[in-house]
Amino acid sequence: MRLGNASIALQENKADLFFRGIVRFVALLIVVLVCLMAYEMYASSAPTREKFGFSFFFSSAWDPVQDQYGALPFIFGTLVSSLIALLLAVPISIGIAVVLSELAPPFIEKPLSFVIELLAGIPSIVYGLWGFFVLVPWLRGDVEPLLISLFGSTPFFSGTPFGIGMLAAGMILAIMILPIIASISRDVLNAVPRAQREAALALGSTRWESTVIALRYSRSGIIGSAILGLGRAFGETMAVTMVIGNRPGISASLLDPASTMASVLANEFTEATSTLYVSALVEIALTLFVVAVLVNSVARLLVWSVTRQDGGRA
Amino acid sequence: MKRTGYFLYRTSKNYFFYGMCVVGTLIALVPLYLILYHTLALGLPALNWNFFTQMPKPVGEPGGGLANAIAGTLILVGLGACIGLPVGILAGIYLSEFGNGIFGTIVRFLTDVLNGVPSIVTGVVAYTLIVIPTRHFSAYAGAVALGILMVPTITRTTEEMLRMVPTMYREAALALGISQWKMTLRIVVKTASGGIVTGIMLAIARIAGETAPLLFTALNNRFWHTTLDQPIASLTVFIYNYGVSPFEDWIAQAWAGALVLISLILILSIAMRFATRSKYQASSL
Amino acid sequence: MKKLLLILASLTVASLASAQLQLNGAGATFPYVLYSKWFDVVKNNTGIQFNYQSIGSGGGIKQMIEGTVDFGATDGPMKDEQLAEAKAKQGSDILHFPTVLGAVVVTYNVKEIGADLALSPEVLADIFLGKIKIWNDPAIAALNKGRQFPAKSIIVVHRSDGSGTTFIFVDYLSKVSDQWKSKVGVGTAVNWPTGLGGKGNEGVSGQVKQMDGSIGYVELAYAVKNSLPYVTIRNKSGKFIKPSIESVTAAALGESKKMPEDFRISITNADGKDSYPISGYTWLLIRKEQKDVNKAKAIVQFLRWAYTDGEKLAAPLLYAPLPDAVVKRCLKAVLTITSNGKPLP
Repeated sequence: MRLGNASIALQENKADLFFRGIVRFVALLIVVLVCLMAYEMYASSAPTREKFGFSFFFSSAWDPVQDQYGALPFIFGTLVSSLIALLLAVPISIGIAVVLSELAPPFIEKPLSFVIELLAGIPSIVYGLWGFFVLVPWLRGDVEPLLISLFGSTPFFSGTPFGIGMLAAGMILAIMILPIIASISRDVLNAVPRAQREAALALGSTRWESTVIALRYSRSGIIGSAILGLGRAFGETMAVTMVIGNRPGISASLLDPASTMASVLANEFTEATSTLYVSALVEIALTLFVVAVLVNSVARLLVWSVTRQDGGRA
Repeated sequence: MKRTGYFLYRTSKNYFFYGMCVVGTLIALVPLYLILYHTLALGLPALNWNFFTQMPKPVGEPGGGLANAIAGTLILVGLGACIGLPVGILAGIYLSEFGNGIFGTIVRFLTDVLNGVPSIVTGVVAYTLIVIPTRHFSAYAGAVALGILMVPTITRTTEEMLRMVPTMYREAALALGISQWKMTLRIVVKTASGGIVTGIMLAIARIAGETAPLLFTALNNRFWHTTLDQPIASLTVFIYNYGVSPFEDWIAQAWAGALVLISLILILSIAMRFATRSKYQASSL
Repeated sequence: MKKLLLILASLTVASLASAQLQLNGAGATFPYVLYSKWFDVVKNNTGIQFNYQSIGSGGGIKQMIEGTVDFGATDGPMKDEQLAEAKAKQGSDILHFPTVLGAVVVTYNVKEIGADLALSPEVLADIFLGKIKIWNDPAIAALNKGRQFPAKSIIVVHRSDGSGTTFIFVDYLSKVSDQWKSKVGVGTAVNWPTGLGGKGNEGVSGQVKQMDGSIGYVELAYAVKNSLPYVTIRNKSGKFIKPSIESVTAAALGESKKMPEDFRISITNADGKDSYPISGYTWLLIRKEQKDVNKAKAIVQFLRWAYTDGEKLAAPLLYAPLPDAVVKRCLKAVLTITSNGKPLP
């Protein structure tokens, strides 16, 4: 509830002034914090920004011995692993959303929702542990040899079956972003006015066709949730570090190891000795920060616009 | 007839796609089941009394436990909550009661920004801002990093829950002559307290599982920590260190640690669901 | 909720009350097997906690420069620029104290080959340069007549973090391969031509253990503790040497005349017919001028213990103890540590 002008009348009360001062101050604290983070990273990355400029983002040299730094391999690793994750997660998440929103009777829907959100609560390091000891051997032993024998002639599946690599990272990320995309898509589907579905059914469509109409209606919200998932995949660190192979390089093959912006920070930050090295890593952190901000803003906008009818709960 | 043929086609499409949705859901449940299964199967054997009471042993010597890590995680989470809770709740109150102008929009936007910042970036910033100037890896630095991570979740949940309290309550209280701060705290917040506690538990569950920010701030400690301005052990960092090591009993302890962590989060989640049973809504993450 | 807060508060208070002396150190994973034993013994004997985190030599050097740890450890000695930077930032010189000698062994996971694969320096360099890609390459077979080699790909595993073990290894490769020297060079973190990265000696041995067909480089103790086979390498004198305490000690003695004042020496590709070519010292990094007198006393006490009783624990854990001549010089160097300008008893 907004008190608006009535609040002026209450200002005589000192305790109220104090209270309002405190909450305003704390809110300001958040603003200051975010600005401080951005500023700190911007300042600490000055050496590389001055030396390399924009070529930092297009160069793939990562050579601490020569003090040459280029972030392209990590950007590549982050983008490709997140893309694989999206490709795998979005169809399944939409399926889950449809099941939760339309198919499942309440006695299934509530526990199922709970279970899906349980996936979201598993810590990243546990995903990494499981990925390293369960997923990777499975990929190395069964899946990758199969992929090589079927598609080995294409550049995407050529190479040695390490198990560890881009594909493993993409799969783990897919599992991790499933819950976000699924639950927001479910919310968004639930927010579709009944009239839309009923109209479709009244005109003789099958249930699935009415679902398609609902999906089309909530298209921007679903895209928003996918972008949110993408944002989460970009910043994921521990699970990726343990299964991606930590090898900065650009390769067409999904079976090759790689490195992401987040994983290089985890691996190399505590030991970057030269100023330029540290600055390069901080610039990567800054890039992650900026990308995360952009991606989240776009996503929030899309999701908010669709669920606005539902009371602005986004 | 054509009409029937086309109708059959549409009907079979109907079943097919719904079937695919169900299959997709089942596929999604498989990794969850496997993760829980493996954590239990591999972690349970190493979960014994020693695990909870002993310190880590040197390389290659069997036995030992992660008592300091469990205590460390509890302390870090507790300290982080001491930082994150006040900031989050007060900011949430601000946004709900006073946050309708431009400043409120800015704060809301930046809170969302903070939510999307990867935890490793927060760790990097905490290292540069706290560890380097104080010349210490410390529990404080770790707690600050964790506290920052909690703030967006708590702020958003608090704001949402407070907004759901009917305006009637506020107006009635004010009409009775209660001052605004009393009204906000004693009546509005109290009414929404169930939901706010949910948000707090959500945030705690999230930071209990964080590893990346602790790598640069709290470092780790093979012993019981002495003071809070020293490195402190944590379950997550130990799981990481033990997990990538080649030593069998360390790996087993890593799984045991994972089991403890998941159990902790599971308990928190169930408690959350239980507490908000009547107010269950489609909540976004 | 209140109860939880009470528990946390009491834990915190309890921890503050027992303000035991704790020193924090970080650095090399190479000697970690030994250091974890040393610090455990020291804790049991004296109650002083040396909290050592094996984050890699690069990390040890960096954190010493930044002053966030009380001591560091590295197997790749600090460069002059790094020492200067440390002095500028922290106001004190950093002393290198060698503690033990170790061997960087090349370990592999190929069941068909068995133990003690023989490699020459050139073949080793070519494998890590990515020029030799499969196990049944004729160059490898030529050195190992009579063994069967499978047609599996060679999966190279290197360090993903800044590492002194890497330093010793690439220092050796640079000495025996001009192509390595020009293409990759020497450092604690290099631009590897091929392979996967693992974190720490632990990570590399963990990955080699898990992956069939892999080859990596780790400290001897890690290979043995995990029952991983390792390579015999042809040394400078032409003999194929198996890494062991004896061959590492021989390498140290072979290069002993070149030991400089500040102990920063590389003993890879050593002279001497029994020398193992990829041996190295590992050092503790200690500030010469200590600020905290209690910590300084603890460090001096520890170093003295290490050079007398500590060295005895090295051999069972597969590290070679220091030659006596080196120990004598180290004990003298311990005397140069001061606290707030005053020397210590």
